[in-house]
Amino acid sequence: MTSLPAPAKKKLGLVIDLDTCVGCHACAIACKEWNDGGAFGPLADDDPYGADPHGVWFNRVHSYEVQPPAHANAPREVTLDSLMGTAPPDAAGTDMPAPQMVHFPRSCLHCETPDCVTVCPTGASYKRAEDGIVLVDEDKCIGCQLCAWACPYGAREIALPHPKTPASDTGRTDQKRGTMQKCTLCVDRIYNETLDACDRQPACVLACPTHARLFGDLGDPDSNVSKVVAERGGFALMPEFGYQPVNRYLPPRPRRDGSTIAATPTQPAPRAETLDTEKLPPLLRWLDKALSR
Amino acid sequence: MKPALSVIFFTVLSGAGYGVWCLVGAALAAGIYPQDRIDILLPLGFGFVLVTAGLMASTAHLGRPERAWRALTQWRSSWLSREGIAALVAYLPLLMLAYLAWRGAAGTRVLGALLAVCALATIGCTANIYRSLKTIRAWRARQVAPLYFMFACLSGGLWLWAWLASRADTYVSDAFPLALLVLAIVTALIKVDYWRGIDALPAPTAGHATGLEMLGAVRAFEGPVTEESYLTREMAFVLARKHSARLRPIALTLFAAVPALAIAIALPSGAGWLAIVAAAAASGGVLVERWLFFAEARHAVAAFFPRAVP
Ligand code: SF4
Ligand code: SF4
Repeated sequence: MTSLPAPAKKKLGLVIDLDTCVGCHACAIACKEWNDGGAFGPLADDDPYGADPHGVWFNRVHSYEVQPPAHANAPREVTLDSLMGTAPPDAAGTDMPAPQMVHFPRSCLHCETPDCVTVCPTGASYKRAEDGIVLVDEDKCIGCQLCAWACPYGAREIALPHPKTPASDTGRTDQKRGTMQKCTLCVDRIYNETLDACDRQPACVLACPTHARLFGDLGDPDSNVSKVVAERGGFALMPEFGYQPVNRYLPPRPRRDGSTIAATPTQPAPRAETLDTEKLPPLLRWLDKALSR
Repeated sequence: MKPALSVIFFTVLSGAGYGVWCLVGAALAAGIYPQDRIDILLPLGFGFVLVTAGLMASTAHLGRPERAWRALTQWRSSWLSREGIAALVAYLPLLMLAYLAWRGAAGTRVLGALLAVCALATIGCTANIYRSLKTIRAWRARQVAPLYFMFACLSGGLWLWAWLASRADTYVSDAFPLALLVLAIVTALIKVDYWRGIDALPAPTAGHATGLEMLGAVRAFEGPVTEESYLTREMAFVLARKHSARLRPIALTLFAAVPALAIAIALPSGAGWLAIVAAAAASGGVLVERWLFFAEARHAVAAFFPRAVP
């Protein structure tokens, strides 16, 4: 059934901290590994070690270079270059702050009202009423790809043979799945009672070495994820589509020299405990500074 | 968007087929269509071949074509599902109409009207599949749906005229080819207007897609992998501007200029064979137009990738 369920209270999703993500791709690898090993069979992967590999990933990590404006507090001039992201580095080297690298993992945002569900002609693409996870029913999908077209976030990839596979190469049934694939929010982990309670989280969240990925119920204002979103000004991607993504991204924190605009629309909540850093030994003081950046 | 040949052939072939059905059906309903058995059966049969070939081509786009019947289940929300149902339903009045015409029985007026409505409904569903995708701004344009109807009636209408013109000069009034001539010109004008509109659309930016524009100017530094992926192949298909600049006039010439000229010459001179030239040219032109419809449309997800904005 591809009509959307009534809005549920529970909205499971991810919060991704763009401040701490180091772009190591561990989440993407862990995702691929976990989802390769289920009863479902391996994810499509054609020519994985060859010159032109082609496979399905539920999670992909991009890297962007952000050039902060010259005067962080002055209103910014919007030019064609700044819109296109092709502004040349300031040759004069005046007061242009150094560009900043932001690593950006991208996966399904488990939107509340996504068209990827409603456009599906078969009922294969659906949103679970109980926790909001968006899934594809492997047994119903006809591989028409309309859902992938309807997703602005690039969260869906179809399992088809490599476009350059010769038609005569028919022996590779694993490559001929022909259905749509996407992030399941590790639905086979988070409710899995054969795992230890602490392991009932998506594989990407557990793998992240910098804790840049958090998992929880974004429909509950008292959950950890909701609190950190409120505190850090977590934002939704491209809200203009009206899909109401559940996942949130936490913006990079401003630099100490103020060269990046602080992107915190909401007032930071007071910290639960305060630490008098002046009383710490120098090494710990330095560590505290480095860690609270 | 990647121009997939299966979808292009589907929309072009069945579009022309539904155009034939719609015009024959409407003319029968209005009681202005010749009553010779062959004049009903042959164009309807030709439309049947076009529609059916198009529908078969569309299943080549599916990863699991053997499950295509499942697409009939979600008509409540999905235009693709509605299209499938409308396409199947349209065969009913067609077959009944063909039967009645063959038996020389009455009742073709009602069935003709039904057939026209079903054909139009199917074309409308096809147009809405594209129009409803918020991710592809070009297809949200107000010209998209009217153009689907106009291209269907133009290409189908020219084939119908090609048949009727070959039947001596018994009963085809000049009004029909003249109407096609006007339709060709209006279609060309609206298509040019569509192209002007999509050329003015701003390219989606990485800064906007990622939300990082609030921090400064954003440049996609590295994609997730060094090679192409499904996403870049399918959604970040980039057509060089110089190719569109060359293909657009070709499409216009084929679907509008050649048919218009052919009609203008054929009517006074009575050179009926020109109708076949016009019909073939128009179908070729719609093929080019449909290829561009996909190739020129930019998907929102392309903004995430380096190199996606040419
Ligand atoms: S991110 Fe894309 S695939 Fe996931 S729910 Fe939203 S629209 Fe659908
Ligand atoms: S590819 Fe599968 S899940 Fe996606 S819209 Fe088509 S049938 Fe539905």
